[in-house]
Amino acid sequence: MHRYIPHTEEEIKEMLEEIGVDSIEKLYINVPKTINEYNLPDGKDEFTIRRELLKLSKENVTFEPENVFAGAGIYYHYIPTVVNHLANDQKFVTAYTPYQAEVSQGTLQALFEYQTMMCELTGMEVANSSMYDGATALAEAILTAVRVNRKEKILLSRAINPEYKQVSKTYCSSQNIKIEEIGWEKSGQINIETLKEKIDQNTSAVVVGYPNFFGIIEDLQKIREAIPEKVLLIVVAEPVALSILEAPGNLGADIVVGEGQSLGITPNFGGPGIGFFTTREKYVRKMPGRIIGETKDIDGKKGYVMILQTREQHIRRGKATSNICSNHALMALVNAIYMSIMGPEGLKEVAMRSYNSAHYLAKKLEEKGYKLVFSAPFFNEFLFHVDENYAEKWENMINKGILGPLPVEKIFPDLSNMALGCTTEVNTKESIEKLLTHL
Amino acid sequence: MTIFELSKEHRKGYKLPHYNIETQEINIPGHLLRKEKPKIPEVTEIDVVRHYTNLATKNYAVDVGFYPLGSCTMKYNPKINEDVSNFEGFTMIHPHQPQETVQGALKLMFELKEMLCEITGMDEMTLQPSAGAHGELTGILITRAYHLSRGDHKRKKAIVPDSAHGTNPASAAMAGYDVIEIKSGPDGRIDLKALEEALDDEVAVLMLTNPNTLGLFEKDILKIAEMVHNAGALLYYDGANLNALLGRTRPGDMGFDIVHLNLHKTFSTPHGMGGPGSGPVGVKKFLSEFLPVPILTKDSKNNYKLDYSRKNSIGTMRSYYGNFNVMVRAYAYIKSMGKDGLKQVGEMAVLNANYLRKKIEKIMPIAYPDVCMHEFVATCEQLTKETGVKALDIAKRLLDYGFHAPTMYFPLIVHEDFMIEPTETESKDTLDKFAEVLETIFKEAREKSELVKNAPYTTPVKRLDDVTASRKPIFRFKFGEG
Repeated sequence: MHRYIPHTEEEIKEMLEEIGVDSIEKLYINVPKTINEYNLPDGKDEFTIRRELLKLSKENVTFEPENVFAGAGIYYHYIPTVVNHLANDQKFVTAYTPYQAEVSQGTLQALFEYQTMMCELTGMEVANSSMYDGATALAEAILTAVRVNRKEKILLSRAINPEYKQVSKTYCSSQNIKIEEIGWEKSGQINIETLKEKIDQNTSAVVVGYPNFFGIIEDLQKIREAIPEKVLLIVVAEPVALSILEAPGNLGADIVVGEGQSLGITPNFGGPGIGFFTTREKYVRKMPGRIIGETKDIDGKKGYVMILQTREQHIRRGKATSNICSNHALMALVNAIYMSIMGPEGLKEVAMRSYNSAHYLAKKLEEKGYKLVFSAPFFNEFLFHVDENYAEKWENMINKGILGPLPVEKIFPDLSNMALGCTTEVNTKESIEKLLTHL
Repeated sequence: MTIFELSKEHRKGYKLPHYNIETQEINIPGHLLRKEKPKIPEVTEIDVVRHYTNLATKNYAVDVGFYPLGSCTMKYNPKINEDVSNFEGFTMIHPHQPQETVQGALKLMFELKEMLCEITGMDEMTLQPSAGAHGELTGILITRAYHLSRGDHKRKKAIVPDSAHGTNPASAAMAGYDVIEIKSGPDGRIDLKALEEALDDEVAVLMLTNPNTLGLFEKDILKIAEMVHNAGALLYYDGANLNALLGRTRPGDMGFDIVHLNLHKTFSTPHGMGGPGSGPVGVKKFLSEFLPVPILTKDSKNNYKLDYSRKNSIGTMRSYYGNFNVMVRAYAYIKSMGKDGLKQVGEMAVLNANYLRKKIEKIMPIAYPDVCMHEFVATCEQLTKETGVKALDIAKRLLDYGFHAPTMYFPLIVHEDFMIEPTETESKDTLDKFAEVLETIFKEAREKSELVKNAPYTTPVKRLDDVTASRKPIFRFKFGEG
């Protein structure tokens, strides 16, 4: 018997006897036998599995974090050792959705605290306990807005992460929701005049990045002033930036979503990360996903449970506000542990350093003759003009162990000869100088 | 105690690396600069370690004990899988790296895809969806794209049996379909007559779980597939219950056109208290052009590639390539089990379920007494009538005895029920002990019902008031109120 299966021959015999059949075959009486065995190899021992997977992992090129100058939605931040130690506790990892609250208080309290921290960071009143990623969080935010005001037109900044745009379009494709893109001004910020012109009776929501995909800090106050009150403002925020930027909730946002990977999660080839979803209390019954609430037990002791499940697929089935069931709770735990260890000051220091290094890099690039594409303030990412042979240079840098600023044409096919540079708190002066020698 | 109550201003748990870059001017306009610092806790490393370690002890998990949660397949999660998925070559790669620099990752994903196609009997597969329900939505969008590509615009209905997972109708509705529910027959299986009546040229798809949520195999499946296909509709397989069929039969062989899998169920990747999961979707060849992009391919020189060139694709379902780290775990699991091991999984899961069914039917009746697959549904309706003790009370009392409770009140068609799934990784001793405890609780219910009605007693908190929690919701910690 395989090592993960406990049955002995004798036990199998006893069990069959109890059931009243003489072979396992008899238990499959209703099932057609269409295969005798899979066309797969035999099972392997642990030693071999480890060797094989190590070999496979080494067929990927990895970089020292200080030599990474690409972001575009996934970031290399410093992750304190305690984060993985605690999040890998198997009593978190191997637990299921907290259906039995009395024996899931660890999970429930951690998620309640995560929700609180996300509300603090975004300036919103409610957070759910996670979405799959930033892209699906935005798609569901759009569906939520449509449920709130029953209008079908979405005006979306063109400077949103293209992955998020594509996913939103897929989600909206079957629901008669129209997504129109609004371009940017020379500054890199959303064109407010165009935005105003495009708003009509059918407009449900406006979607902007904060900062946007090119690192540009949108002026949420101006955008809020430019759109009618009934049009929802959906903000796609980078959570690290929110410890130095004014909370979107204080600037009139109705829904704030984003990708939480930068809060303590390794890049993981893009997954898993975590989508966060926060909004105002008045929209809570329209929002997707699980929410954890505080309550008391029969002795009056504080405890936590899943709440407002009547919105969910268990009860509402075909009328549920969303179909999300398994979410990314473990990654929410990672976010909570990371934020706990960093505190507001640590988060701010991370944000300030990321900002500072990016502006230092931009200045050095300008000294070398590179020109920035946009003029508006940016956070830790910025777009700059490069030569036609940049793609080649980029690959050469990779061979030297540097993941340089990303040639953006791969992602925005109409933006040729531009690169998206990015730094975090882990890039050093030396690594920046090394990068410059390769440009 | 919450982490917020441990906080003291200016306490620190971090130290950032050495930093020597000159300070640059801040040019962000004042109204866009944060004025108040977020009330995120200020604590030291030991505070954080103790807080989360203590929280972990308040969780029940597979690594703690028996977790017979029906429909959720809570099998043991091998530790080697955790180790290999944490290799830096997997965790520290960026999704925008050139494909030539991530050949190991792409090879792993390609091979996983091939193995899952073999296991399901499907021709092509996407690994992108992040969970089972996400896979359902993907599958239903594929259904929609298929019918529309044929100019078939009138198919607006999705048929979902009343025994289906709650996410099935929700996913169909999200894709814009009207959900038609059909009732199960007296044997707990699809009523072929009801299906016949529901099938017309407006039906796009039948979403089916087989074995169904009563743990019964839809023995008329070949007939069902024929009926659905004759009506011009597609047959969708919810893979949540695939564990039982491993090594025996495949959805593709039974006539299903689309299948989603739950790597976090059948393939032993942990569920992480609610996710991340992974919900690959496989299709028959005629539907492969509709799969979300990118699709993993391999050229003649064994170069692995991400192919975006499918013009009839439904689009993309999430950013990048899915939950890659979960895929590493499933890959390691399938390689560890091999063809023989997977077959044993199916057989021992079915053996365990039937053995436990026999033990439990002496305590509480089985809703549909028949040979079951990996799970079965039992009801304590009679006990409730006699004593007022509900399934919920028994579930809570089980927690006192150190077991996680089975799924309750699902499927909706059985009253005061337990859906029990023991999985293949539990021993006969554990199953015997569970049955013994259940018998004890039934005895308690008859002799001193209040004891059971007020359970649990030994858990970190006692019975929680979830009614008030939803009526007067508290969504976040209220600072200053304790």
